[in-house]
Formats: sequence, C-alpha cells, structure tokens
Amino acid sequence: MNTQSNAARESLIADQAAPAVMSPTRPLYWSVRRELWESRSIYIAPLTVAALVVLGFVVRSIRLPQNMRLILDLTPAEQQIRIQQPYTFAGLLLMAVTFIVAIIYCLDALYGERRDRSILFWKSMPVSDTTTVLSKAAIPVVVIPLLTFAITVVTQLIMVVIESVALSAGGLSVATFWARLSLFDMWVVLLNHLVTGHGLWYAPLFGYLLLASAWARRAPFLWAGLPLLVFSLVEKITFNTWRFAHMLSYRLVGGPDDDAFGAPGRVGIHSMAHIHLGRFFASPGLWIGLAVTAVFLALAIRLRRYRGPI
Amino acid sequence: MAYIEAQGLRKTFGTTVALDGINLDVEEGRILGLIGPNGAGKTTALNAILGLTPYEGELRVLGREPWNSRDQLMRDVCFIADVAVLPRWIRVSQALDYVAGVHPRFDRAKAEGFLAKTTIRRESKVRELSKGMVAQLHLALVMAIDAKLLVLDEPTLGLDILYRKQFYDSLLNDYFDHSRTIVVTTHQVEEIQDILTDLMFINRGRIVLSCTMEEFETRFVEAMVQPAQLPAARSLKPIHERQVLGGSVLLFDGVDRQQLAAFGNVRSSNIADVFVAVMSNPAQAQGAAR
Repeated sequence: MNTQSNAARESLIADQAAPAVMSPTRPLYWSVRRELWESRSIYIAPLTVAALVVLGFVVRSIRLPQNMRLILDLTPAEQQIRIQQPYTFAGLLLMAVTFIVAIIYCLDALYGERRDRSILFWKSMPVSDTTTVLSKAAIPVVVIPLLTFAITVVTQLIMVVIESVALSAGGLSVATFWARLSLFDMWVVLLNHLVTGHGLWYAPLFGYLLLASAWARRAPFLWAGLPLLVFSLVEKITFNTWRFAHMLSYRLVGGPDDDAFGAPGRVGIHSMAHIHLGRFFASPGLWIGLAVTAVFLALAIRLRRYRGPI
Repeated sequence: MAYIEAQGLRKTFGTTVALDGINLDVEEGRILGLIGPNGAGKTTALNAILGLTPYEGELRVLGREPWNSRDQLMRDVCFIADVAVLPRWIRVSQALDYVAGVHPRFDRAKAEGFLAKTTIRRESKVRELSKGMVAQLHLALVMAIDAKLLVLDEPTLGLDILYRKQFYDSLLNDYFDHSRTIVVTTHQVEEIQDILTDLMFINRGRIVLSCTMEEFETRFVEAMVQPAQLPAARSLKPIHERQVLGGSVLLFDGVDRQQLAAFGNVRSSNIADVFVAVMSNPAQAQGAAR
C-alpha cells in the first residue's frame, strides 16, 4: 500500500475518532453526570438514611408480630393507617433529607466552582454557560425528586420483606398486612408529590438559590437569606403589611390548592383521591413560579458568563 | 491566516486601565511569548482572547468574537489558566470521561498515551496528585484536543525545574506543529526563550516590544566593555548597563555588531536582560515599541 493511501486512511480514521459535530444534548448529559460526581451527597445522604431506616426496622421487627395482633382488632381504616405509618415516615424522612441536600447543593453549585478556581477549567471546555446552569438546575428540579422516589420505593420494598418475614416467623398470616398496605397507591401519590411539589412548585426556590450562589463572593447562604428578610421587614416598615412574607410562606408550605397535591410543607401521604393534576396545572401560582424560575436562571447564566474565580 | 486579530483592544476596571488599546496579529504556526510584569495586563489580554471577559475594541479569534461565542470558540481553542484549576475532587478517569463527553475534538487514546508516560493512576483524585502531576494531567488532556490555538497563562507556576522542562519539551515535541499556534505567558522567561518564534512585552496595558525571535537576536546585542572604553561605548546609546566581574555589560538595541566588536565580546542578549532593560526605562520602552 502506498503512503498516500495510508495517509488518506489515517485522516479518515482521525475524522471518525473526532467528529466535529456532537449532539447538543451530550454536553448537558455529561454536565449532569459531572454534578453527581462532585456532589456525591445527593445520593449518599439519602442512601445512608435509607440504610438507617432499614436497620431500625429490623430492630423493630422483633415486636412486629405482637404489634400486628393489636392492629388486627381495629377497624380496616384504622388498620391501614397503623400499618402504613412506618412506610409513610420512611418516605417523609427521605424527602426531608433530599430537600435539605438540594438546598445545600444549590447554594454551592455556582459558588464552589469560583472559589476553587475550577470555573477556569470548565470554561475551557466547549460547554455554554446556559448548558452549565441548566444542568445545575436539573439536579434539584429533576434528578433529586426522581432519585428520592427510587430510593424510597426500594427502601419500602425492603421493609415489606422484613415485615413479611417477621410476621410469618411470628406465626401470623401476611394477608391482612398486604391487603391494607397499598404500596402502589402510596408510590403514585409520592411520585406526584415529588414531581409537582419538590420539582415544579419549588423550582423558583431552587432558581433563587442558584442565583444567590452565582452572585455571592462569599457566604452564599447569607446572600440567599438576608435579602428575603430585609425585603419583608422593609415592607412591614413601609406599608405595615406582610405580603412578601406571606408570599414566601405560601410558596414554601402552601400550594395552589393545599388539598390538591399536598403542598410540600403539608406533606402527608394522601390517598390517590386527593390528586388533582388538572387543578395543579391550571393554577396561576405554578406558572408564575415557573416564569420567575426562568428569570432567576437567566440572571444566573448571565452572571456566570461575567464571573471568574474569586 | 491570522488566528488572533486585535485592533485597539481596551479594558478598564473602574478607573484602572488594564488594556490600553492593544493591536495584535498572531498568525498560525507561531509560538508567542507574552511577557510583562505583574499587573501589566497579560491575563486580561488572554481573558479577552478566551471570551472570559468583555472588552472594547475589535477582537477576532479564529474569525470569531470571543465574548459572544466562548463555547463555540472552545472547540478550537484550549487554555491552561494556571496550574491549579483542575477541580480537586475529580478522578483522573472522570476527567477523561468528561472531556471525551463534551469535547468533539478530544482523542481519548492520545490522552491515555500521554498519561501512560507518567506515574498518574486513573483512579487517583486530583487532590491526591502532586502539583507537577496535576500539570501533567492537564497538559495530557489539552494536548489530546485537536485545537488550533493553545493559550497558556503561567502554566508552570510553582513547579520544580524538572517538571517545567518536561512540560515545554512535550509541548514542543508531542503537540506543536505548523498548523497550531501557542500563546504563553510566564515569568520564567529563560526557559521559553528557545521555543518561542515571537515575543511581545506588555506593560501597563500597552505593548512595549513586539518582534520575531529572529529580529530579537539581531536587534538586541550586548557587549562586554572594559572601563577605559566605556565613554566610547556609551556614545552608541546602550539601553541598559550592568556591572559584572571584570567590566560592564552594555545592552544595545539595533546597533551594528561589527561596530560593537571593537569594545570586546559581543553576543545576542537574552529575553530576561532585555526585559529588565525595557521595563526599567520607560523612555526606551516607548522607543522599542516603534
């Protein structure tokens, strides 16, 4: 083979090895993975809590048969509440943990990279500020709710196995237990709550925290908290009203329809009958919140473009 | 083809002028050394070129406006900002995965090849590596990217001499070719003298000297002058004078070598001495710019 065709072949191989065009979602995908490499607490924290819950449940399993005998004397509705209680608590606990993880994550997301100067490495890659900020926003809005759901489902399944074994060992039938524990309904309610509440309803909160972390030169926590406090108090002094504070608390613990989707603050794992997705998606509060989120993220993108290492 | 073109590039921070109307024209296949004292505007100039900071004036890098298209520009431009910007938490394998994931011109096999020559392990985290190894890792990542322009801002700061030498050796032997351009700033000027094709001195936001290395070698000549001949030598207007054991060394700009040979030993000067001469004498600096 002559050298010319060798060279041609080599250049062909080189072209294949380094395609100049890349699907636009690829940088987003790798940016999200990058976030998970850096912030391992996103999954380590809930997994640790899940392990502790399972451990606690194993200890408790000694008394489960005795407990179940008491429950069997109750009405079916009461039975269901009592049987589901530990499962509901496990779900609530995991949700609370991942919510706190999401807040801590957001406050560090656009601040940490400037503090450790690694922003200069990230900016040396062909990844736009928009892709970067969106990948960081996707963590609390999409990744954490879905991860919380997955971990909760697995934890509850392990608990079911433990309880079934314990009941059988105690000489009890598992029939009532399985009949009263409507796990599937719980999961539908949980997924709905996580996606609509923690993801969509809280999106402006996460957007705001990301903006604070893009803005702050130090102590992003204070930059996030103080403006809200100052704004509320100035409003109180000026107009003698608490509208802003009420708006915040509505966003945090209320919802467009408290019953409808179980506003995150009033978490109770309601029955499926309480899900009204139509009402949720028709509520102006949701859409105003998402519009505000878009503004916060646009500002964060702009700030990241201008900001260098601290 | 001009890789970097700047006309009246200006940047101010409040009342401080960091770049005071710089003109630049860097062609392909060059290795440009950008030398200046601390705070001269080197990093600001590089940041403007890399799209990291807004600026006034005209600037085109590979035909693009850097500030408006940093992400697209970074497909063809690489930079090492300084030795410590790789995130400390990242594993070597993750760094390879990430760059392979987001960079269309990254050749992973090539990067693995460079790393194989080092003692860096794939599963190590950056925080576990020595400063020299971090520089090696960053260089391996960057050299495996088929970029047109590589910008290095103090890439060897704080490294020992072995790593510094190795850094520039691999850059020259394994990376540079005549379709690429490298722009480098450093304070260790002696170490890059032999690899540069072009030289630029920058001070207080202005370019005070700009020439190719060939021009540099013919232009800046120093002569060892005995005390008796000093007055005669000084009449040729040396730009700098320093005392050494057994005489004075006078540095001349654009004086004929034959003429100087009469005073004693004549040789081409080095960047460090010319730098000191130009920087310590603002009037000469103006002259040198012409």
